[in-house]
Amino acid sequence: MSETKKAETKKADAKKTPKAGKAAKAAKAAPQAAVVTSPAPSPAPAPAPATPRSSVRKTYKLYIGGAFPRSESGRSYVVTAPSGEFIANAAQASRKDARDAVRAARSAQAGWAKATAYNRGQILYRIAEMLEERRDQFAQQIASVEGVNVAAGYAQVDAAVDRWVWYAGWSDKLTQVLGSANPVAGPYWNVSSPEPTGVVALLAPARPTLLGLTSVVAPAIVGGNAVVVVAPDAAAVPAVTLGEVMATSDLPGGVVNILTGAPAELAPWLASHLDVNALDLAGIQAGSTLARDLEVSAAENLKRVVRPAAGYDWSADPGLARVKPFLETKTVWHPVGI
Amino acid sequence: MGLFDYAPAPESRSVVDLKPSYGLFVDGEFVDGSAGAFKSVNPATEEVLAEVAMADAADVDRAVAVARRAYDEVWSRMPGNERAKYIFRIARIIQERARELAVLESLDNGKPIRESRDVDIPLAAAHFFYYAGWADKLGHANLGPDPRPLGVAGQVIPWNFPLLMLAWKVAPALACGNTVVLKPAETTPLTALLFAEICQQADLPPGVVNILTGAGATGAAVVGHPGVDKVAFTGSTEVGRMIAKQVAGTSKKVTLELGGKAANLVFEDAPLEQAIEGIVDGIFFNQGHVCCAGSRLLVQESVAEEVVDRLRERMKTLRVGDPLDKNTDIGAINSAEQLAKIRTLTEAGEAEGATRWSPPCELPERGFFFAPTIFTGVSQAHRIAHEEIFGPVLSVLTFRTPAEAVEKANNTAYGLSAGVWTDKGSRILWLAKQMRAGVVWANTFNRFDPTSPFGGYKESGYGREGGRHGLEAYLDV
Repeated sequence: MSETKKAETKKADAKKTPKAGKAAKAAKAAPQAAVVTSPAPSPAPAPAPATPRSSVRKTYKLYIGGAFPRSESGRSYVVTAPSGEFIANAAQASRKDARDAVRAARSAQAGWAKATAYNRGQILYRIAEMLEERRDQFAQQIASVEGVNVAAGYAQVDAAVDRWVWYAGWSDKLTQVLGSANPVAGPYWNVSSPEPTGVVALLAPARPTLLGLTSVVAPAIVGGNAVVVVAPDAAAVPAVTLGEVMATSDLPGGVVNILTGAPAELAPWLASHLDVNALDLAGIQAGSTLARDLEVSAAENLKRVVRPAAGYDWSADPGLARVKPFLETKTVWHPVGI
Repeated sequence: MGLFDYAPAPESRSVVDLKPSYGLFVDGEFVDGSAGAFKSVNPATEEVLAEVAMADAADVDRAVAVARRAYDEVWSRMPGNERAKYIFRIARIIQERARELAVLESLDNGKPIRESRDVDIPLAAAHFFYYAGWADKLGHANLGPDPRPLGVAGQVIPWNFPLLMLAWKVAPALACGNTVVLKPAETTPLTALLFAEICQQADLPPGVVNILTGAGATGAAVVGHPGVDKVAFTGSTEVGRMIAKQVAGTSKKVTLELGGKAANLVFEDAPLEQAIEGIVDGIFFNQGHVCCAGSRLLVQESVAEEVVDRLRERMKTLRVGDPLDKNTDIGAINSAEQLAKIRTLTEAGEAEGATRWSPPCELPERGFFFAPTIFTGVSQAHRIAHEEIFGPVLSVLTFRTPAEAVEKANNTAYGLSAGVWTDKGSRILWLAKQMRAGVVWANTFNRFDPTSPFGGYKESGYGREGGRHGLEAYLDV
């Protein structure tokens, strides 16, 4: 026990002073090298032509069960800016990835629902904190994938942060606002309270990327559901970055699972999956054949379905319209007597 | 014969004045249907009670148009406090004509008069009384600042609680300012038609409530009609699934209250005397024709033998027979078709290796009857452990630990109700939380009240009926 602690302390120390450590190593190594290779002092080398530093790019992967795997299919697709400029290769999620994501969500759901509402609220608030800290990064990403100016990117990040804060505050109020004590005509105690429906599949809208994703994920998880969300096409870039925010916000792995790729390919598998309890069609075109077909598939195990709305304003006050469809009402009776 | 012999104590049927034939109720009056007629039969005697008009698509068209007109011109414009008075009036008339309704319900459905008299009809009146009071208070229901009615509600109801299911549907719809086209079940249309007379007595504006009798095709036409804004259905999961598919891609708001296979959990510390009553009430109430029936008894192993022994003793005292006899506990199965289904599933139970037992009881020679039955040695894989039988048939399984009880209880595609019996408060609350079901009865079973939300998880459907929650199904919030 004490040894482990010591080792941890050492690691922590090393982490704290990475620069100092590296410098010390370099200082030690340098004289030895000089001894072996070149005993005589040499003239200073001619200055090399300045090489611009190449940036280290990020590989955009999926976010499933708290990890960032590539698609099991090995597929990727090119995310470009509206101008056509290359931004990244994103993982193109497959049917198998969708199933893995549902399984991860199912495994995480009971634990998430069991967490206290206070705890869930703090974790949602933590997501807002982490998002705020990465404000610049998200504003740039939104600007590049949506082809809007950076100011608009900032405005969207701010709206998304505020939305996480709004939902964070709801976690420990839902039961009071949506529940009831029922005055039945008899000697019974009778109370109704909201409970999560289980695993929810979400088709996020293509635009606004970050705010749209936030606006479907946050209301579904605040009440204790676990979700699988499909971020369509270019939304993959801010979506995967949001996954990084979640991974560092104490959100248990599997509560939110992010798939990137083509909704038309992934949605049918999620809509017909018998271990999915509800479906939000936000990102599917309202009135389309696909929207109807997905609702038909969802009927097989009577999923709760939120239909897409044409021209929905993602910046408007969302109320509880996306919270309530994913909550069940449970009513408990008990006799009263002595 | 059981422990006691009772002299027959039949309720008089003279209080019911049955007509030989009934039309459809559209626009405040009875009209002929366009698709002929069908017969409603007394399931206890197989005698024909009356001929009832069969509504077809043309009748549905007309009823929806009439309901739309009543909605636009009258009902949605009427102030809530005025709407309330009509609904209060309906509640009062149901109370005034309670005995007539109870007898008619038992005649048409086969349920014991004790239940129609003491449960169905009083609860139906209570539903109207409860929702009447909401009509002018919708803004206080915490559903949004300006809740608006949806329009025309198409409602399809089952045969197990004919008038009560009508009340669950019609009362909140009217209170919220919607108008209604309702289709009662094919085998139990008569109390709905008597309700139509009650609407006339109450001077309800014509077209606010329309009642179309018929079979599955009539129901499908109501659900699928483009002029219907709201669909409410209570019935089997199979039909609920069809309805969910039928309305896909439309803007219709839907609530579905479907099947169940409720677990009734009995722990070793339970008050056994009360638990036995609860088990009996849970599965034999209304011949087991109850979507939330406690059809899977899960008993802790240490008391399983004692519970089953006591249950058998109690079952020997159940009286099966004439629904109109006030001593009858179990009446007639609603139809020959339902009786056949119960027989098929109980035969499957035996074939799959479970042990069947019924008390000795003489069944009437005519009519559709089925003796109360329990199966022991049931495994989770047996059909009788996961298919809804909808009859007086109980499957008994056992468990050792609370965790196993929860696992088995939730091992079903349904999630309508559950029962738990234990003396330990913290365990009750823990179990109530673990049950994936919309209603949990702890140390009681099969209790209903208009203020208490009712509805399922998973494949038992969605939406709630009853209470403040029940309003949301009929409002645009």
